[in-house]
Amino acid sequence: MREVFTRPKSMRKVVMHYCPGCTHGIAHRLVAEAIDELGIQHRTIGVASVGCSVLAYEYFDCDFQQAAHGRAPAVATGIKRVLPDRVVFTYQGDGDLASIGTAEIVHAAMRGERITVIFINNAVYGMTGGQMAPTTLVGQVTTTSPGGRDPRHCGHPIRIAEMLATLEGAAYVARVSLHDPAHVARARRAVLKAFRTQLEDRGFALVEMLSSCPTNWGMSPREALRWVKEKLIPQYPLGEFRVPEEEARP
Amino acid sequence: MGERILMKGNEAIGEAAIRAGCRYFFGYPITPQNEIPEYLSRRLPEVGGVFLQAESEVAAINMVYGAAGAGARVMTSSSSPGISLKQEGLSYLAGAELPCVVVNIIRGGPGLGGIQPAQSDYFQATRGGGHGDYRTPVFGPASIQEMVELVMEAFEVADRYRNPVMVVGDGILGQMMEPVVLPDPKPLDSLPAKPWATTGNQGRPPNVINSLFLDANLCSRHNEHLQEKYREICRREVRYELVDPEGAEIYFVAYGTTSRVVRSVMNRAREEGIITGLIRPITLWPFPQEPFERVVERAKAFLCVEMSAGQMVEDVRLAVNGRRPVHFYGRTGGVVPSPAEIADALRKVLEGRDPGA
Repeated sequence: MREVFTRPKSMRKVVMHYCPGCTHGIAHRLVAEAIDELGIQHRTIGVASVGCSVLAYEYFDCDFQQAAHGRAPAVATGIKRVLPDRVVFTYQGDGDLASIGTAEIVHAAMRGERITVIFINNAVYGMTGGQMAPTTLVGQVTTTSPGGRDPRHCGHPIRIAEMLATLEGAAYVARVSLHDPAHVARARRAVLKAFRTQLEDRGFALVEMLSSCPTNWGMSPREALRWVKEKLIPQYPLGEFRVPEEEARP
Repeated sequence: MGERILMKGNEAIGEAAIRAGCRYFFGYPITPQNEIPEYLSRRLPEVGGVFLQAESEVAAINMVYGAAGAGARVMTSSSSPGISLKQEGLSYLAGAELPCVVVNIIRGGPGLGGIQPAQSDYFQATRGGGHGDYRTPVFGPASIQEMVELVMEAFEVADRYRNPVMVVGDGILGQMMEPVVLPDPKPLDSLPAKPWATTGNQGRPPNVINSLFLDANLCSRHNEHLQEKYREICRREVRYELVDPEGAEIYFVAYGTTSRVVRSVMNRAREEGIITGLIRPITLWPFPQEPFERVVERAKAFLCVEMSAGQMVEDVRLAVNGRRPVHFYGRTGGVVPSPAEIADALRKVLEGRDPGA
């Protein structure tokens, strides 16, 4: 019988702690599939961040370092500078990357650090229980914006992919969504490109993934996916904001 | 051993790191330690290493974390306000058991303070300035020669225990020039193997560098393991110098630059017939108990001198444990105590008065 669906080799056979309907599982799988497809499992070092994905090292079957909140790009820099022929990726959420870790992500991109960053944007702090994130939408109710995010009080949502795409060191910057199979397939291609960008020594690569958080949004998994499509995407347009130069030529 | 050359303290620190097999340095500019990164930015590429100026001290110490986890000998340096920023990383390095060397060329504080020499980061260095129950060995050299030797030794101790090691100096030690004999470079193939490092899991199960233990019992067991390691460091790594002339009654306690001022006071006092001893801790943690046991019976009193408002004196009081009076004299904010001031403090102690009063 032909096998049509199986666990990627780069994922461990363990039960994940993620909530039902959360898209972290899909994102993990896309990264593991890319690692398998490129044949780099045994020379890849992942960096886990602080947030819901703090236990990522339990799910990926490769070497891992767990970093302090927001510092994953700095930790990845240290690894990559010591081991330039290895593949280094970080897996960070929006509280981690877009708030406490803004200096580290901007400067890793500025330096053109040869790392791949998987950035999960679900518009909320997940692990700590649904507080407002820099990515929270205007009017979105969270546990620390009970009246909805008021831009006069705490500003407008931050668009990380567009910001980083202004930097010459960023070779590949894309935003994808995980809300339906067609978009997941596109996300898969973006993750592959982001790893190839590193393997081809072109520079820094980041894939921002719009993800759902049914638990903290107070929605069913299906409602949450619809909310990604109808609310998050208009605020965070999908696309490739920067691609390696050779590829950009017609 | 090489020839005797004249070297600036900060540059000697950089050269000592390279000779210890350190090939990676991550740092951020701050006075009075800038010659360390400047020297290494030139020297490390010559020996196949990497110097990288980070966007902040916070980033620098986390780059150290990544590099140490990848198995490299790695160093960072800073001065007091920058070391405060590195405390988060130090706690993580200690928790994840990663070896590295951190140099603090201490300046006067608190806050932005000044850029003149001080020893006011003793508490921060010896108590673990970050969160959690952790310790870092702290070396406090008193000359550039000793600085070179202790920087090299710091890498050995760091690797032996998989723990960060601090070397503390001040603006005087960093900026002055002294003759120094540089030890031969350590052959890179003689450095200890690090099978725990994350280098890609070719032919072995994955390695994970981590300080997270969500289960309280596992976290407690991890802490017990760390504490056992710290006890081992206390048993094996204490270093001190004891100057114990026949007839000494008052014993100075001082480290680093201050110990050198104290020595000139001791020499002058001897000319006047006053014989004093000196306990000079070389490891500030673990703090040396032994020299106190050796002299406490015949000592009349101890006089601790620091460039701080009185920090190491607390360890001196713990070591003496009420058996003899412990006096303190210190200057703060970047002012170096003069020989005359220390001599005056000694006179007061001899007269049974409190020099700090």
